[in-house]
Amino acid sequence: MEKFIRQQGLVAPLDRANVDTDLIIPKQFLKSIKRTGFGPNLFDELRYLDEGYIGQDVSKRPLNTEFVLNQPRYAGASVLLARRNFGCGSSREHAPWALTDFGFRVVIAPSFADIFYNNSFKNGLLLITLDEDTVERLFNEAQGVEGYRLDVDLAVQTVNTPSGEAIAFEVDSFRKHCLMEGLDDIGLTLKDQDAIDSFEARHRTERPWLFRDGQPV
Amino acid sequence: MASQTLYDKLWDQHLVKQREDGTALIYIDRHLLHEVTSPQAFEGLRLAGRKPWRLDANLATPDHNVPTSFKERAAGIAGIADETSRIQVQTLDDNCNSFNIEQFTINDARQGIVHVVGPEQGATLPGMTVVCGDSHTATHGAFAALAHGIGTSEVEHVLATQCLIQRKMKNMLVRVDGRLGTGVTAKDVVLAIIGEIGTAGGTGYAIEFGGSAISDISMEGRMTICNMAIEAGARVGLVGVDDITINYLRDRPYAPTTAQWDAAVADWRELTSDADAAFDKVVVLKAEDIEPQVTWGTSPEQVTNIHGVVPDPAAVSDETEARGIVRALEYMGLSAHQKITDIKLDRVFIGSCTNSRIEDLREAARVAEGRTVAASLKQAMVVPGSGLVKAQAEAEGLHEIFLAAGFEWREPGCSMCLAMNADKLGAGEHCASTSNRNFEGRQGFGGRTHLVSPAMAAAAAIAGHFVDVRDFAPIPTSNTNAA
Repeated sequence: MEKFIRQQGLVAPLDRANVDTDLIIPKQFLKSIKRTGFGPNLFDELRYLDEGYIGQDVSKRPLNTEFVLNQPRYAGASVLLARRNFGCGSSREHAPWALTDFGFRVVIAPSFADIFYNNSFKNGLLLITLDEDTVERLFNEAQGVEGYRLDVDLAVQTVNTPSGEAIAFEVDSFRKHCLMEGLDDIGLTLKDQDAIDSFEARHRTERPWLFRDGQPV
Repeated sequence: MASQTLYDKLWDQHLVKQREDGTALIYIDRHLLHEVTSPQAFEGLRLAGRKPWRLDANLATPDHNVPTSFKERAAGIAGIADETSRIQVQTLDDNCNSFNIEQFTINDARQGIVHVVGPEQGATLPGMTVVCGDSHTATHGAFAALAHGIGTSEVEHVLATQCLIQRKMKNMLVRVDGRLGTGVTAKDVVLAIIGEIGTAGGTGYAIEFGGSAISDISMEGRMTICNMAIEAGARVGLVGVDDITINYLRDRPYAPTTAQWDAAVADWRELTSDADAAFDKVVVLKAEDIEPQVTWGTSPEQVTNIHGVVPDPAAVSDETEARGIVRALEYMGLSAHQKITDIKLDRVFIGSCTNSRIEDLREAARVAEGRTVAASLKQAMVVPGSGLVKAQAEAEGLHEIFLAAGFEWREPGCSMCLAMNADKLGAGEHCASTSNRNFEGRQGFGGRTHLVSPAMAAAAAIAGHFVDVRDFAPIPTSNTNAA
C-alpha cells in the first residue's frame, strides 16, 4: 500500500449527501478482475451523459459539464469534500479503488459509512471526519475561491487551510500507523499466528460443530 | 459476569487478541465467497505466496453475474453471453479449483445467492462469525451469528489469517412490540425501521431486532430484516436464538449431526441478550402502526406507506435533506404530493437476497393466483434465490401460478437487484422491486426503483401501479412460522 504522510492538494466539493457506492462506481465496472483502472469510471453516471460499459474509450463519451469533476477549475483535485454518510451501500472495494485511481488521496465529510471507511484505509485513502459546520465552511471556501487547496498532515492530524487555520481531526492509531508506514495488515496479523492457533484449538474443543475437518465446509 | 448483549457474547466468543490500540483480532468461522469481490483477493494471495488458513471455513458460489434465462444457463459458464461476466464466473471457478475451496458451481442444484445458500445449507449457524465480500451478509445475523460484509482486502485477510482486525461496535436495540397486521410483512417492518432511524442511523452499531413482532416472524422474515440492517447503516443485524431458529436448522446438510446436535443446541440457547443488558441506543416501534411500505426516492430511508404521498422538499427544514429530496424527485420523475398509488409501473422484480426465499415466493403467489399481470407492464419476473428454492417452489406448483399470471419464472441469481447480468431496467422505467436498494442507476442506467414486499410487488404487477395489498386480496397473516 502507498504510504500516506502529507497531502497538499486541490479540493473538489461534491455537494450531495448519502453518496452511495453504486454512484461512486456503478456495477458494470465491478466485472473487472483487477484492482486498477477504475478511475475513468469514477462517478460514471454523474460524469457522463450516456451509459458506460466496461473497456470503453471514455474520451469519446459526452460529458456532463455541470458535474464538479468535469469543471476545469477542479482538474487534478486530490482532496474530495463531501457531505454526510459518504460511501453508503455495498461493500465493493472498487469504490476506494476508483477514487484513488482517479487521483484522490483524501475525502473529508461529516460522516462515512462503516464498510467504505474500512476499505478506504486499506488502500491508502485517508478519510477525515469533521463536524457539519466545519465541512459547510470548507464547502463555502472551496466553491468561492478558485484553486482552493488544503494541506492534510497525517502526522500531526491537522487539515491546514490557506488562511493558516489548522483544523484537528481524529484518526484511529492503528489505521494511522498502517497508512504512514504503508503496511500490509495481513503481514501484521500473521505475527500473531501463535495466538490464532491457540484460539482455534480452544474454539474447536468448545464448539466442534463449527469445524468439519477433512470435509469440505 | 455482567449482563451482556447478544453482540457482546458473540464478540467475546471470537476474541483472539485485544490490542492496546483498541483494535482486536476476531476469529472468523464461516467465509462465503462469490465471483465479484474475490478475484483480486485470490490474486493477492498468489502474489504473496500465501494459502487459505482453513479450507473448511470457506464456501463459494457464483451469483451476481449469472444469467437467469434458462437458455443461457443451460450451457453453464460457457453459455454466459457477456464476456466480462463469463470471465468473472470462470475466475471464481478457477480460483476455487486451484485453492481447493468448495464451490456450488453455476448449475449445481444448490447454487444461488450466497445469503440464501448459506442458511439453507446450515452453513450459517448460531454463534458463528460469518463474513462475505458483500454488504448484505448482515442477513445471517437472523441466526444469532455475528455476520457482516467486508471488502476485498478483508476477503484476502480472512483467507490468509482466518481473522479480521476489528473495533467493537456499539449496541442498538430495535424493538418492535405488538402484532403485525394482516398483509404487513418483514419487508414492511424493516423499511419502516429505516424510515424511522435513517440510512445512517445504525452507523457504528450492531443492531439487535427484538420484541414480540420479531419473535413471531419466521426465519425467512428475520433474514429479510437483518439483510437490510446495512440499509440503516449498520453492518450487523441480529436476532436472538429461539425455537424458530433451532427448528429451521434441524437436518440442514451442514448443521451438526446427531452426535453434536444436542450440545450445539444447548450452546445456541445462550445466544440471546441478557434481560438486563444495556444498549447504547434503543428504538421502539409499534407493530400495529406499520403499514405496507413503498420507497419513493433514491435512498431506502425515502419511504412512506401505501396511502402516503411523495413529500414536499419545501416542508423539510434540513437543507441537505431538502436538496436530496429535490434531486431524488427529479431522478424518479415524481412530484411533491403525488399519491403513491398513482405511480405507474413498467416492470416488477421479485427476487434478491432480501426476498427470494420460499416464503417470499409463497406470499407473492398467493396474491398472483388466478390473476393476470397488467397489460401495461413490460415485464414481471420472479427469480428464486437458489436452485433449492426453485425446486421447492416448483414442487408446490408456485411456478405455474406465476407463469399463468404472466410472470417470467427464472433461474436463481442476484439478477435485477443490481443488474450485473442481463436483467435490468431501461432509463426512466419504474420498477416495483423486492430488493434492497433504490439508489440511482442501481437496477439499470436511469432506472427508477421502488422497494416493496413480495406481496406488494405481486399486487402492483396485477394492478400496473401500487395498490394496498390488504384491499387487493384477502391474504392470511404472513411471516408467522408455519413450518
